[in-house]
This record gives sequence, structure tokens and C-alpha cells, in this order.
Amino acid sequence: MLEIRWHGRGGQGAVTAAEILATSVINEGKYAQAFAAFGPERRGAPVLAFTRISDKEILTRCQIYEPDIIVVLDKNLCTMEGVGDGLKDNGIVVLNTDQKAEDYLQVFGNAGKIAVVDATEIALRELGSPITNTAILGALVRATGVVGLETLEEVMRQKFKQYAEKNINAVRRAFEETVVFEAGGKK
Amino acid sequence: MARRVGISGNYAVAYAVKMADVDMIAAYPITPQTTIVEKLSEFVANGELDASYMNVESEHSAMSACVGASLTGARVFTATSSQGLALMHEILFMASALRTPIVMANVNRALSAPLNIWNDHSDAMAQRDAGCIQLWVRSAQEAFDTTIEAFKIAEETRLPVMVNLDGFILSHMYEPVELADEDEVRKFIPSRPLENRVSTKKAHAVGVVGPPEYYYEMKYQAIDAIEKSRLKIKEIDKEFNSRFGKSYGEIEAYGMDGAEAALIVMGSIFGSAKEVANSLREEGKKVGVISLRLFRPFPIQEIRRAVEGIKAVGVVDRATAPGGVGNPLYNEIAAALYDMPERPAIQGFVAGLGGRDIRQDDFRLMYSATEKAAREGAGRCIYVGLRE
Repeated sequence: MLEIRWHGRGGQGAVTAAEILATSVINEGKYAQAFAAFGPERRGAPVLAFTRISDKEILTRCQIYEPDIIVVLDKNLCTMEGVGDGLKDNGIVVLNTDQKAEDYLQVFGNAGKIAVVDATEIALRELGSPITNTAILGALVRATGVVGLETLEEVMRQKFKQYAEKNINAVRRAFEETVVFEAGGKK
Repeated sequence: MARRVGISGNYAVAYAVKMADVDMIAAYPITPQTTIVEKLSEFVANGELDASYMNVESEHSAMSACVGASLTGARVFTATSSQGLALMHEILFMASALRTPIVMANVNRALSAPLNIWNDHSDAMAQRDAGCIQLWVRSAQEAFDTTIEAFKIAEETRLPVMVNLDGFILSHMYEPVELADEDEVRKFIPSRPLENRVSTKKAHAVGVVGPPEYYYEMKYQAIDAIEKSRLKIKEIDKEFNSRFGKSYGEIEAYGMDGAEAALIVMGSIFGSAKEVANSLREEGKKVGVISLRLFRPFPIQEIRRAVEGIKAVGVVDRATAPGGVGNPLYNEIAAALYDMPERPAIQGFVAGLGGRDIRQDDFRLMYSATEKAAREGAGRCIYVGLRE
């Protein structure tokens, strides 16, 4: 089983990203859950979302405390207090940032891989707004191969309808531009 | 054709209601129920569901409108949570005693104060004695299937049916659901006009005064109806199985082979409880778990059979009955097992109030306290995860 924690801000679409990923995995015949840590939702406030992925039926419905993968949709949250909490040793981190992956070795000391992409720039260019969830999905697929890019695109076509193509372009560009750094894991 | 999709528990309910081809929906939005009625209003607005969608100013009005519409013979649906269900309180008693087959989804959420939008079972437990059938689901799949069964149960027993699903944990979690074929669902629950009890052509008096000479007998009819509904619920689940290849039963017992201690739970925590039971069994612990899908009418015989030979049960309440003997589920279980010749020790737990996560360690604690009760007898109710 693979457990993913998403960090974003209200309005960036972290919950939607968690759901799109789960739906894509389910469409590939596997099992998945997507859920959010719901609070008083408001635009701009830090939010958490989660995705679980498995080849077998998922029994647990507990929250996720020790993720295999951490995805951060907002540049300013990449170094936020607690962002790396509970990451499994040699886990994978996917960050929206214009900095180098090496700059985050301190924050995610036990990460096996750190993938970086400037999702904000891609979102602004492709969508005209800083909604980074679809770009970061492209980076996640590049770093993990957790689902097929085509399956993801099909789910987005159904969900976003007339806005699908722009978002698919964002996914593809992020997939191309993501830099995956072998961080070496726990020393 | 049936199709496998990734949707939330609330959407699963909305799809089931659409396939049930309801005639009328009256609801007032409240977190975490909102996405059910949002989806349904979308179905109505875009013509996928030919139903009257009635916007009301409160849940009291929603339930009142449902009672009125149901009396005309229409198939009606409503959904609510928490304070909304509390506001329906007085009308729920009328819905059952007037024998209106209303189906409602209750997305379980804590009651104020303090204000809390998260999951526990205090809303439904406060309506325990309203005379509604109460079903409790454990997955989005079950939310879909149970909502479909609920329409048939309601119409064949002439009683309101409340389908309970845990707020957020089920209502907002995306997971795989196999949506049945719509034509098959319509064959299972054909839209047939029920009797119109407020027709101008045929004089009927509904909701009249029941003086002492009549009240008792009329009330007893509703009591008798829910008692007799046990058989119908069983039959309908069997029929559902023969058409859709799935059946849920009144309770589900897991890992009870050779078990000495078992948890008794309701709602979405069944999955987590099973997972922890699996690892404990690997460690050689003799533990199992029983989940109730039916709470009203209470599955007395099924529970008694399931705990035969068990030394202790741990009853997990997600609602409280302050100042009472025990909490709602504990009290039911204790009463149901009381005159068993060799009844197990009954350890009470309260867990997960107001959305507090019940973690794997919490389940381990509850299993081990139940094992302890098997050896030494039960102690006082344990408030799991409560900070000092």
C-alpha cells in the first residue's frame, strides 16, 4: 500500500488532485481512497489531503500519519514547520518550487527522492491562474510512475470538460520539466 | 451495465436515489450531507431525474414536506446531518406512526456544543426511539446498495428508513464503487404508485387526534410494524443478492473462529477494526469483530448467535448517554445478552467523538482491554484517546 499526503492552500486544488489520482488508480482496476483533513475551509489557508493506493481492497479508514509520498502544491509551504513529519525512510517528496532539490535536504532529511518543478509558473502559463494541482500531478507521475499519464488525462477530460486541454497541457509540461534528485535516503 | 467508478459516499447515495427514480426530494443543505443534495439538484436541473425538488427553509420543513408528499403515494427522499436531524425530531415520530415510507440519508455528525462538523453517532442515537428503521453502512459501495434496498424496505413495511453513513470518513472519501445497472435497479424497485391517502376523491383523515381510546392501538401498530420488519429486511437483502450478487445481513462477524474476545462496532470503523484484528491474529491473539448494519430493529438473535462461546465483548460507542447506565450501543448489547445462559463479559468504550481519529493503537488498546475483560471481568467504560 502506498500512502500520499498532499499539502496545499485552499483554492490550489489539493483535494481535487487527491481525488483525480484516486479515480485514475481505480480506473486502472486497482484500489484507492482519497480524502481530506476537513476543517473550516477557506481560500489561502493551508489544507491537507490524502490518497491511499493498493492492489488489494483497502480496509483501514484511519488517517495517514506516516506517508510514503509527500506532495507540496505551494512554494511557501515547502519549508513549513511539520511539512516533512512522518515521511517514511527513503520516501518520495514532490515539490512546487523554483529552487533546486538540494535546497530541501534539510527539510526532508530521510527522503529517498526529491522531485522539483515550478508548478506555479506552468499553471500561470497554461491556465492563466496559479492553480497548481494539475501541474503537480504531472510531477508526481514523473517521480513515482504511480499511474499512467493517459489514465490521468482521461479522468481530467471527464472532470474538467472544456478546461481539460489546458490542464492536460499543464500535466504534460510538468512531467517533462520535473527534475528528480536522488536524495540518498536516511543516512 | 454495471460500472466501476471512483466516487464519494455521498455521490454513491445520490446515484442510488436517482436510479430509484424518486418523485420528490425536500432537503436543506448541511455539512457534511451537502454534496448529496447538490448532486441530486443537478440531476433534477439537467433533466436526468424527473422529480420535484423542493427547497425548504429548514429541516423541520423538509421532513414535514416529505410526510405530506409520501401520503400522496409519491416516492420521497431527504438527507440531513446532526443539527438538521435534531430539528426533524418531532416529525420523525409522525413519519413512523403515519406509516410514511420516506427514505432518508443521515450523514452522521456530532451535535453541538461545541460546534463541530465532524463525525460521530450522536445525531442518529438521539433519534433511536422515533420508530424509524436504522441501517448503518461501512463503505461507499454499501451506501449505494443500502439506499436502493432502503426504498424497497420502506415501501414494503410502510416505515421511514434512515440510512446512516459516517460524515467525511464515508461521505467525502473517494473510493471504488460498482454502480448497478439502472434498469436492473428499476426492476428491483419498480416505481409503482402507492396509495394516495390524501386524495380528494376518496375521503381519508390523516394525522387526526388520537384520544386515549385510540392512541394506544394506533401507536402499537407502528411498534408492531418495526418488529415485523425484521423478516422483510432479511427477505429484501436476499432478493438484492439474487439480482446483484451482494448481501449484507443484519450484522457481519469477522475473524470469530476460535475468538475469545470481540469488538462490536457500527459504521465505517469496521474496516480499520478488521485490519487491526488481522495483525493481532497473526500475533496469536484470539480476537474478532462484529459490525451491526441494522440498529433498528435491533438484531437481537443475530448478536446472541455471534457471541456464543465468546468470553468478552468490547462495545464501541461513538455517542454518549450522559448520566445513564451505559452508552447507547452498550445498553442495547447488554440488554440483548442479559438472559443468555453463558453471557460474555461486556466492556464499554467511547471513541471517536466529534471526529477524533480512532487510530490503530486505539483499536489495539480496545482489543487488549476486551481480552483483559475475558480474564478478569469488565471494568468501567473506557474513554479511548481522551486527554486528561
